[in-house]
Amino acid sequence: MTETAYNFAYLDEQTKRMIRRAILKGVAIPGYQVPFASREMPMPYGWGTGGVQVTAACLTPADTLKVIDQGADDTTNAVSIRKFFQRTAQVAVTEHTEEASLIQTRHRIPETPLAEGQILVYQVPIPEPLRFLEPRETETRKMHALEEYGLMHVKLYEDIAHNGEISTAYAYPVQVEGRYVMDPSPIPKFDNPRLESAAVQLFGAGREQRIYAIPPYTQVVSLDFEDYPFEASKADHPCDLCGCATSYLDEVIVDDAGGRMFVCSDTDFCSTRRAEGHRGRLSGEDLAEELA
Amino acid sequence: MRDDVLSGGFAEAPVEAARAFRAALEAMARPGTIYTVSGAAAPAPVSVAASVLLLTLCDRETPLYLAPGHDGAAVRDWVAFHIGAPLVGPGEAMFALGGWEALKPLDAYQIGTPDYPDRSVTLIAELPGLAAEGARLTGPGIREAAFLSLPETRAFHANRALFPLGWDCFLAAGERIAALPRTTIVEAL
Repeated sequence: MTETAYNFAYLDEQTKRMIRRAILKGVAIPGYQVPFASREMPMPYGWGTGGVQVTAACLTPADTLKVIDQGADDTTNAVSIRKFFQRTAQVAVTEHTEEASLIQTRHRIPETPLAEGQILVYQVPIPEPLRFLEPRETETRKMHALEEYGLMHVKLYEDIAHNGEISTAYAYPVQVEGRYVMDPSPIPKFDNPRLESAAVQLFGAGREQRIYAIPPYTQVVSLDFEDYPFEASKADHPCDLCGCATSYLDEVIVDDAGGRMFVCSDTDFCSTRRAEGHRGRLSGEDLAEELA
Repeated sequence: MRDDVLSGGFAEAPVEAARAFRAALEAMARPGTIYTVSGAAAPAPVSVAASVLLLTLCDRETPLYLAPGHDGAAVRDWVAFHIGAPLVGPGEAMFALGGWEALKPLDAYQIGTPDYPDRSVTLIAELPGLAAEGARLTGPGIREAAFLSLPETRAFHANRALFPLGWDCFLAAGERIAALPRTTIVEAL
């Protein structure tokens, strides 16, 4: 099969129109999950088909695409999705957040603040924030229709009663423009403040067949209580490679004695800082020793 | 068949529709911003901007209402050839095209249901011009405030009160588009 055998960005025009209509309604109703007719894609459900369909509907030949998985550009899935779009849309690609016009992400928001003109596409496994509390779609749809989110508030309250704090660490539910409660995808709660952004944020769930959106400059509030306010917490440690004290970290076990190092989850953010001269505890020769 | 019916579609649909959609997406995501589009031309009186929006968003799955003034034989034939959208009355339409006054009454359109607020019409209103002045806009997509030459504010104000139900609107003038989602708060100055 030659490269020209694929329609631009793989999907046929009818499918792209359907997804585009769903995206526009999602933007018009922030946080509301728009049902869409998710297609079979050349990767199985659970591997980012929702994000890929949204990206395919948005891409133009002039775009520069970045694909990350848990903050890293070089994981297997990020690499294969990037190659997929290079092949079917012939778009330029980059690992630098600031150079990208469209970023597809699994489970992280880039550390670098996004700007007007950028689009962030999230891969979403379970779009319904109430799903683990109420398995029936008929019931959760009614809850959203009536703005009846008592079930979620009770869950958070019981976390506090049992654990002393809200124990949700990722996929932390938010309320958008004071109306729809939304699952921001399994991003760490540390990323939640960055859901208020200058960029357009689109969320695609392929297996569950939902698209939703947060327009720029839209109010996004992480659910909490007045006396137990939301905290965007992370590991209390700087990055061992670049020294950053304010980025979200991956914990890496380095030996059999339980030794560990903490590195920035956002690989572009970390390498950019190191290129600018920032150093952490374990950069350079120390790092080679530590990993040996 | 007349020439102006068979011509006026995208020359390279995948790429041109993609560019047009990005303009439509940015317009809807950032109310008050105005974008220039090109690549399509339906028979008069349909503007280039409205032609591009129709080709990008409509197909045989989207019932379309052509308001009086935009429902001549040439326009209907162009839609049939290039889009295939079923032509319906306002109550069944997913998309509606016409001049602002011709599209009224606005309460004839679908505004969605509490369970499915997305099942609502998208209006394409043809205006004589578009400028970043006039009504004051605030809300999602707008950093502090934006200004747009809306034909009136009352209808948009009434629509905002229906949230999360309501219609969403593209505004077209010549080759330029703007958009107002139902979330925008509109004030007259």
